[in-house]
Amino acid sequence: MTKIFVDGKAYEVKADQSLLQACLSLGLNLPYFCWHPALGSVGACRQCAVKQFRDEKDTRGRLVMSCMTPAADGTRISIEDAEAAAFRKGIIEGLMLNHPHDCPVCDEGGECHLQDMTVMTGHDYRRTRFPKRTFHNQYLGPLINHEMNRCIQCYRCVRYYREYAGGHDFDAFSSRSQVYFGRYQDGVLENEFAGNLVEICPTGVFTDKTLKRHYTRKWDLQFGPSVCVHCGLGCNISAGERYGTLRRIVNRYNGEVNGYFLCDRGRFGYEFVNSAERLKQPLQRQDGKLQPISKARALEALAGLLADPKKVIGIGSPRASLEANYALRALVGADRFYTGLSASAARLTAVALEMLRRGPARTPSLGEIERADAVLILGEDVTNVAPRMALALRQSVRQQPMRKADQLKIPRWLDHPVRELAQDQKGPLYIATPAATRLDDVATETYRAAPDKIARLGYAVAHALDAGAPDVAGLSEAERSLAARIAEALKSAERPLVVSGPSLNSEAILQAAANVARALSAAGRAPSLSLTAPECNTLGVTMIGGGSLADAFQAVKSGSADTVIILENDLYRRASARAVDEFFSSARHIVLLDSVTTPTVQKAELVLPAATFAESDGTLVSSEGRAQRFFEVYPPVGEIQSSWRWLRDIMMAAGRREAAAWQDLDAVVASVSDGIPALAAVAQAAPSASFRLAGAKIPREPHRYSGRTAMLANINVSEPKPPEDSDSSLAFSMEGVFAQPPASLIPFFWSPGWNSIQSVNKFQEEIAGPLRGGDPGVRLLEPSAAEPRAYFTPASEPTSGSAGEWLLVPLYHIFGSEELSRLAPGIAELSPQPYVALNPEDANALGVQEETSVTLSLESVSRTLPVKLMPGLARGLAGLPAGILPIEGSGLPAWSRISRA
Amino acid sequence: MLSPEERHEIEEELERYPTKRAVSIDALRIVQRRRGWVSDEALRDVAELLEVSVDEMDSVATFYNLIFRKPVGRHVIMVCDSVSCWIMGYDRIREHLTKRLGIQLGETTPDGRFTLLPIVCLGTCDHAPAMMVDQHLHRDLSPEKIDGILAEYP
Repeated sequence: MTKIFVDGKAYEVKADQSLLQACLSLGLNLPYFCWHPALGSVGACRQCAVKQFRDEKDTRGRLVMSCMTPAADGTRISIEDAEAAAFRKGIIEGLMLNHPHDCPVCDEGGECHLQDMTVMTGHDYRRTRFPKRTFHNQYLGPLINHEMNRCIQCYRCVRYYREYAGGHDFDAFSSRSQVYFGRYQDGVLENEFAGNLVEICPTGVFTDKTLKRHYTRKWDLQFGPSVCVHCGLGCNISAGERYGTLRRIVNRYNGEVNGYFLCDRGRFGYEFVNSAERLKQPLQRQDGKLQPISKARALEALAGLLADPKKVIGIGSPRASLEANYALRALVGADRFYTGLSASAARLTAVALEMLRRGPARTPSLGEIERADAVLILGEDVTNVAPRMALALRQSVRQQPMRKADQLKIPRWLDHPVRELAQDQKGPLYIATPAATRLDDVATETYRAAPDKIARLGYAVAHALDAGAPDVAGLSEAERSLAARIAEALKSAERPLVVSGPSLNSEAILQAAANVARALSAAGRAPSLSLTAPECNTLGVTMIGGGSLADAFQAVKSGSADTVIILENDLYRRASARAVDEFFSSARHIVLLDSVTTPTVQKAELVLPAATFAESDGTLVSSEGRAQRFFEVYPPVGEIQSSWRWLRDIMMAAGRREAAAWQDLDAVVASVSDGIPALAAVAQAAPSASFRLAGAKIPREPHRYSGRTAMLANINVSEPKPPEDSDSSLAFSMEGVFAQPPASLIPFFWSPGWNSIQSVNKFQEEIAGPLRGGDPGVRLLEPSAAEPRAYFTPASEPTSGSAGEWLLVPLYHIFGSEELSRLAPGIAELSPQPYVALNPEDANALGVQEETSVTLSLESVSRTLPVKLMPGLARGLAGLPAGILPIEGSGLPAWSRISRA
Repeated sequence: MLSPEERHEIEEELERYPTKRAVSIDALRIVQRRRGWVSDEALRDVAELLEVSVDEMDSVATFYNLIFRKPVGRHVIMVCDSVSCWIMGYDRIREHLTKRLGIQLGETTPDGRFTLLPIVCLGTCDHAPAMMVDQHLHRDLSPEKIDGILAEYP
């Protein structure tokens, strides 16, 4: 800690930060533009000027940029100094010379950092009368809108996009007053994290194009603190609604998870909630067609179906909350509950869970992944499977080069010199995958091979780290020396990390990753092991426990069950169509609860409309093992309700009185916590519904929320009573106390004078640190102190097909592979069409070109697909797009012949 | 397509620098020296050769006012509009040039002979006003002198 004096007052602040960061951490208001906590200081905009004094006697002082000046012990500054204040006001006036007067039609209006800073500096009168420079705007894709006239040249966008996110198709052009931020020519921004430009830009140059289609000002949105459902990482989001439709997603800072950034799937995938595919009322199959029925009739019908409870099984879902899955388990009984995971996913998740529980490696948070200083990725295309992690890994390669800056005593926050010093140097990142990945540009080395060979490389790395770890035979000299280099890099790191996961359906890869982690531990390191999870609650439903989908199929086949209740799950994404069809035809009754229309809906006898994440509350367990609560953004419309409420109602209808206790979420959470020892801590994921802030509920709406008395006047001129929320301490209202709620209950970030999302400054214990009171979520997985398990032993030979066969492997796509976000128009537009990918040389050998139709066989079903040439794909492999073709449950990798159609 | 000579010259420059990217400005100058300007196509070719994105290459190209991203005439006149030249009569020089050539600043004569551009300083304030035509500096200008100078550039 160091002591600084601001306007004559002494403060204790953390050392190693800039004066700007120190002042903001103290809660002082100091305007800035080019600085961003994740990007550091460059001193470009001159907005954060303060007066610095040599000592107590110095009365003249000098202007310094607070972002470029360290908060050294004894520093004396004045923010209020008249000269400094006039300087800051002058800077804004300069920036405003070319800024248009278009706030009323600008999507940023009302949450604009430029507006906030202009008000803060007191620049309230425009003296300039000259014409403003104007630009042509570009088409940047279906997700982001471009309006360059509003630009104030802070350079944050280009620093974020190029230096932080690693994009190459965006830059600053021209010079002086003509500086232009955009692409060389119109086109979709290629970077998967481009959506963060919307929040990085301090004004309205980059705005959310999906929001534009149903635009609502921030102050008119009703928000819920939520958790992203589009992958397993559990990024925290703040979702906003108006008039019963979800309008947008913004980042909800969580210092340990997503920090300041989201991926574009998470930010723009939300539109599935508003999609035409939503199920809105109970449906019953009559004369072969699904017909709407009332809730009462649906429950009556269900009570009939459940007459013999011994014949009923439940199929849960990795995309449904713990509460919903648990309620289903309670309805059917623990031994008749199935997780809904495919056989292979269930097995791999169980293996992963056991590894993380037994240790010795610990599962890191995304924040810790960012701070890792040597990384080995085994088998995962991180950008396309767990996107936000890729952004964290991209920062991890800066860790080692930054030590050079430390040695030269260049503070890490001084961004430009630190990057200049590092030049192109990157810390160790080794990537072993079947195909090229979007992180290859920062990789030390890449290894492209079939899943089995990737596993064998991992085993070899473990052996190189610890001779006690089993070795693999038959590696080439090149592979062996690569393994030695990887081992050396991991061993000499302070915070080594191994990333792996189930994407390639390979238990051997997971075991190899565990061996590397175990060997690192044997070598005296404290390794981290991050295993991706395919869906938002894969880990959670596995912790609840239950058989796989294959076991459920068996239960019906064997005749021990004939009625199936399926929770938020499209079985056609989990098993081959043949197996699912067979299952559906042998089951007598199929009941489905889901939010969207899927192929499974077409097989159901009874369909109940379930709420999406936006209309329900619940808890999800991320791949880190962090249980996080998501809260309703707005009440469900019509007959839609949370799955756990449907399941409770079904139990009640069937005469199961114990369900009467489940009147609100807390009661279900308590049941989960009591019923599943591994989930005992989930109640701590967020405060209960009885929590009150200064005696009142927490408003979901900003206090400026307008039109409440009039917005439903077309239905009834009397203003209806706001809906009550018995499930949380949040209110569907703007009424309440303006005070900071506990971190897990912050619906949106706002603070007086800080209308933009940068108001998060006011909610943190220190800038870029944890939210006050600790970041949201509770970690459920810590490695046990017991003796770590023995090393896994590799198979003696990699599998091989017969002559002329190709190994089909799944390839993942950030846009397209995930089930729900595909229903969002913007994401759908960016999704690829079905293909089979081949290495160009392999294609050449086969005599096929791009777009040539070829036939292959998958689970003895023949498929014809166009060829896509993929230079980075390992030889001998054929890649199929996961989630775009129904291949999840089909046991890939598998061998097949490929021939010209 | 870059000509073999252009490619050869750029490759020679590559040997002088630790990274390919560092040759960006030199490569653009090489192309411009031979073609007068840098077309979109040439920009893409240079970017490919130096293994940077077109966006990155254009960012460099557009930053420098002496890299021309639009076609220019056979001769480029850069007339200084900085403070010393302004005091010493830049306005008259500009007026004479625009009248004589029939074009405004930033334009090219219809016969493709001259492009007229402003420049902020030619470093010859003690001989203001000044202008530069191609590689030649012309100092102590007066409207009367200009016609003679222009005649030197067919």
